[in-house]
Amino acid sequence: MNIEQLDFYTQAILSMAALVGLTSFLMLGQGRLLRLIFVFAMQGFLLTLTTGLAAYSLNNHHLYISAVLTLVLKVVFIPWMLRREVLRMNMHRDIEALKNNTAVMLGGASLMVFSYYVLHPIVQSSSVVMLNALAVSLSVMLLGMLLMISHRQAIAHVVGFMSIENGLFFAAIVATNGMPMVVELGVAFDVLVAAVLFGIFFLHIRTSIDSLDVDLLNKLHEVDK
Amino acid sequence: MNWLIAVLQITLFVLLAPLLAGWVKWCKCYLQNRKAPSLFQPYRDLIKLTHKQPVVAEQASWLFILAPYIIFSATVLAATVVPLIAVDLPTSASADVIVMVGFFAFARFFLALAGLDVGTAFGGMGSSREMTISSLAEPAMLMAIFTLTMTASTTNLSFAITHVLNEGLVLRPSFVFALAALILVAVAETGRIPVDNPATHLELTMIHEAMILEYSGRHLALIEWASQLKLMLYGVLIANIFFPWGIAETFSIQALGYGLLAIIGKLALLAIFLAIAETLVAKMRLFRVQEYLSFAYLLGLLGLLSHIILEASR
Repeated sequence: MNIEQLDFYTQAILSMAALVGLTSFLMLGQGRLLRLIFVFAMQGFLLTLTTGLAAYSLNNHHLYISAVLTLVLKVVFIPWMLRREVLRMNMHRDIEALKNNTAVMLGGASLMVFSYYVLHPIVQSSSVVMLNALAVSLSVMLLGMLLMISHRQAIAHVVGFMSIENGLFFAAIVATNGMPMVVELGVAFDVLVAAVLFGIFFLHIRTSIDSLDVDLLNKLHEVDK
Repeated sequence: MNWLIAVLQITLFVLLAPLLAGWVKWCKCYLQNRKAPSLFQPYRDLIKLTHKQPVVAEQASWLFILAPYIIFSATVLAATVVPLIAVDLPTSASADVIVMVGFFAFARFFLALAGLDVGTAFGGMGSSREMTISSLAEPAMLMAIFTLTMTASTTNLSFAITHVLNEGLVLRPSFVFALAALILVAVAETGRIPVDNPATHLELTMIHEAMILEYSGRHLALIEWASQLKLMLYGVLIANIFFPWGIAETFSIQALGYGLLAIIGKLALLAIFLAIAETLVAKMRLFRVQEYLSFAYLLGLLGLLSHIILEASR
């Protein structure tokens, strides 16, 4: 099945999948926190576009609500909150020295191949588009985990966690043609609660170790002083 | 008849190149709140330079004098490969896109030699930087172009553009990546702002200008013209590969005129984007350029991979 024979909606979904995968790679290699947050907001925007597209072409009206929720939460609110935190901690001028960046990028590429390999049996029972979109969203999830492992700042961990959720959300939209409204509202609310909880965690980590670098959490206060 | 149109197209290419450079400059001036020079200022500059007597250093060898002619003719030959207003011309059928990249490399080789020839510090520095950048930019460009050629299963630009035209509007993930990669490479190769600054002579960061610092008179005119031609070539590549609509497929007067109007409109639009980007973005440090170009390479590679993974038949 060549791409020329697919309909316009499927082509657009495939393009979106490719771009979402690209933003995940961009986040993985990003040393500056503000830029990391910006790329995260871009990924949220791509998700909004995908949702809007699905809503339009499937004629599924409640997906519009979900698109607006995505826009408000993932493009505006969470990036704004993280950005405020970075500016308040005065971390926007530091470049996080990523340990062995090349190895991490190669690991990311192999994770992408791995997710294709894992999902390949599914192609027998479903369409090619589904395989591609699912593989991209699985690799977005795995890349989010890799982001959490490879970065040291707590804010980067939060971005990684949120991008795992983005991957799940993408898979849900593409594979199910829109979940029931209750589920979507629940997920959006969960993300909101997670964001607030992370804010509280930031506060606690900062007051106890005066930094958001999680490597410092290994050290004992009494021994160091 | 076909050859006549081919010759006409090349003439148009060569004659319109300074106009495009003037238009980019005009847009930039307008965006930066300066008073813009006339659109035809590049022509006046070229004419002025040809009237002046060229001054050649005593130590310069024959290579230094010959290089401008070689560079200009190699760039014109590269321009013959690219369809401007019509596809399926005999000149573009005779050579493919890899030959075009080869012509660019040939011109660049002589430019770098000419920079080294006189033995000034600036010339050598400029040549070394140019070669460093081009060695990184060329693979990225080839990756972007291979994405197109794999889709059309031909390396001939004319046939590839016809293929894209006949297919109609198909959204391809791989083309999105290839377009981004080609734009990044075009900016680096034509020496525009994040990589090199075409408007200054007085900084230690200059690349292209450092190599041609010793040239004057008609030699300088030829090199300037060649670099304007190169800018236009990349513009036409981007416009005609990814947005080929409007290009003439038959050789009637009407179709050709329509093709000419279409390409002028596309180039004018592209130049506006270039001017906006140059106004918004600051010049990079030289040592950041390799990151920029490896990002372009990554995009090209992703384009190729997404062609294989997302689009190919199974």
